[in-house]
Amino acid sequence: MKYINEFRDGKTARHIAAAIAAETRADRRYHIMEFCGGHTHAISRYGLSDLLPENIRLIHGPGCPVCVLPIGRIDNAIDLALNRGVILATYGDCLRVPASGGLSLLKAKARGADVRMVYSSADALKLAQDNPDREVVFFAIGFETTTPPTAVALLQAEKLGLKNFSVFCNHVLTPSAIANILESPEVRLHGTVPLDAFIGPAHVSTVIGSQPYEHFAEEYEKPVVIAGFEPLDVMQAILMLVRQLNEGRAEVENEFSRAVTREGNVKAQNLVAEVFELRKSFEWRGLNEVPYSALRIKAKYAAWDAERRYGIEYKSVADNRACECGAILRGLKRPQDCKLFGTVCTPENPMGSCMVSSEGACAAHYTYGRYKDAVGT
Amino acid sequence: MNTVRKGYIRPVDFKHGRVDMTHGSGGRAMAQLIEELFLAAFDNDWLRAANDQACFAVQGGRMVMATDSHVVSPLFFPGGDIGCLSVHGTVNDVAMSGAKPLYLSASFILEEGFPLADLKRIVESMAHAAREAGVAIVTGDTKVVEQGKGDGVFITTTGIGVVPAGVNISGDRARPGDAILVSGTLGDHGVAIMAQRESLGFETTIQSDTAALHDLVARMVEAVPGIHALRDPTRGGLATTLNEIARQSGVGMMLREEALPVRQEVEAACEFLGLDPLYVANEGKLICICAQDDAEKLLEVMRAHLLGREAAHIGSVHEDPHHFVQMETGFGGKRIVDWLTGEQLPRIC
Repeated sequence: MKYINEFRDGKTARHIAAAIAAETRADRRYHIMEFCGGHTHAISRYGLSDLLPENIRLIHGPGCPVCVLPIGRIDNAIDLALNRGVILATYGDCLRVPASGGLSLLKAKARGADVRMVYSSADALKLAQDNPDREVVFFAIGFETTTPPTAVALLQAEKLGLKNFSVFCNHVLTPSAIANILESPEVRLHGTVPLDAFIGPAHVSTVIGSQPYEHFAEEYEKPVVIAGFEPLDVMQAILMLVRQLNEGRAEVENEFSRAVTREGNVKAQNLVAEVFELRKSFEWRGLNEVPYSALRIKAKYAAWDAERRYGIEYKSVADNRACECGAILRGLKRPQDCKLFGTVCTPENPMGSCMVSSEGACAAHYTYGRYKDAVGT
Repeated sequence: MNTVRKGYIRPVDFKHGRVDMTHGSGGRAMAQLIEELFLAAFDNDWLRAANDQACFAVQGGRMVMATDSHVVSPLFFPGGDIGCLSVHGTVNDVAMSGAKPLYLSASFILEEGFPLADLKRIVESMAHAAREAGVAIVTGDTKVVEQGKGDGVFITTTGIGVVPAGVNISGDRARPGDAILVSGTLGDHGVAIMAQRESLGFETTIQSDTAALHDLVARMVEAVPGIHALRDPTRGGLATTLNEIARQSGVGMMLREEALPVRQEVEAACEFLGLDPLYVANEGKLICICAQDDAEKLLEVMRAHLLGREAAHIGSVHEDPHHFVQMETGFGGKRIVDWLTGEQLPRIC
């Protein structure tokens, strides 16, 4: 646990908290969006907002891979597993995401679908090797962190001549989502969502580097501090953002310098470029259709592309009308502002995707922070 | 010289043999398996009587009964196997009332094709665990299901015990002001099992903590007969067990993260598996809730026992109409320690 516990030290946290308190100006507010679910989780799990002055508000962003996956895509995966007789391999987080008709992959499994939870794309590949008489589809989701491993699995399948393996690609791109939020009328025109600065992604940035964020700092004049997922990383990033805002700077700073460089992991980027290309448009939960925000498999690797192999057709499905996941993912509302929160929508019975993954804003608030709402009732 | 010839019976082949449907048919093959395996291992007067039930005298006072089914996968794991686990699980459930466990029943569902050598290993491990715990396995049952309809072996055990006079331990007796103690490190069993799962395949030195806790409980009850609540945090771990007690007793709880005993290896394994040790199963630990004034004395007794050496005072009980279990994080913030949601690790016991 060395190299981890150092970043969870309570004493250091109190020092940073004191510095933040001393440097925040009483005459202004600080609206900071943490893009990543990993940061959301750390903030809730370690109770970080208890350590911050009242005029710093943390806004949870859309950086939770499971949360932004639209219902239609889960429906596609369920259809593959239930009606096409394939082994559907996926990450555990995807299993409970609610889809159409009251189904989820977990419920499809109970109805006889062969759904297997895997920890990596390599596990999915191994499933295909171990079951030569079955078709295995890897339901690939996630941001730039999980994309290179998917590319590796696909290239491995090619090398091994593995014909019973394919990938249902749903990989999405972080910078497009950030741009979409900054371009949204609520932020740009109406100012209904005050957004002063970003805590930049940790793991995503190890792959793409810090360079892609420079555009946001320049074009939109929003400071970005890339931070690790440990609680001290987040505290330090908040301090750095407060300083930038106080001094009127808008720069990309790297708090996570132990893992992130400006260029990122070029080898991983090359793997991704070899296998994937941009989609013209992709539907995100909460953000709707976002142009050039996701990847698909190149024609060269069509043999391993589940969308081509099974002729998957995407059909957009609307969220439950009362569900506020969309507004929450855009920072317009907080989990406790949703009527469904904690009543019909709970971690046991999620209605919206933000309640499913532990990185989702609703699940994090329900699991770790709801006692704050209960005070005085 | 004995002139009576031994019966024409070919001994069960425990080296290469496998369970087949005849072992559950009620016929000779079943009788032979019972005699050569179960009776030989568990040997006692009740089983030797060869009745379909065990008959024993009862004392006055209060008796407790508990039952537990075991479906753990894999069947053999570092620190134990399904055999000893099935004894410890039920002995502990009985003991958490403060009772002395006396008798166990054991019911086996075997899958056709299961190697008899593995079954023998499991049964001998059960016998060893029962002898160590001082309980007798007095009755049992064996059924066989077709291949593919089971997963090797499932074992259900039921236990009976006697509560000493004056002891009243129950999950609804936690009171505001009480202290919360735990007998040792958290999450060892779950992580040991997880490390064995083929899909993960990482190597650790972590062993399951599976153990019978009734002797530790006996010492604790002797020192402080007025213990309020005891429970072993198995599936769902410490977090879920405390939430159960908080709800039963209608109270809130506050834990101190810094006081929670977690092995470094377990913490590290949980870190990269994305698990929280507070939710990982234990099979040889107990939670004790007692009056604040009794906490020191109990800790002393626990730490003097082999199974309580790392006992710790981890928090306290307070009034809370919402029955929240909360924790002061090492970071100085506060958060809820909620019920387990979904399934963290399937088939852990």
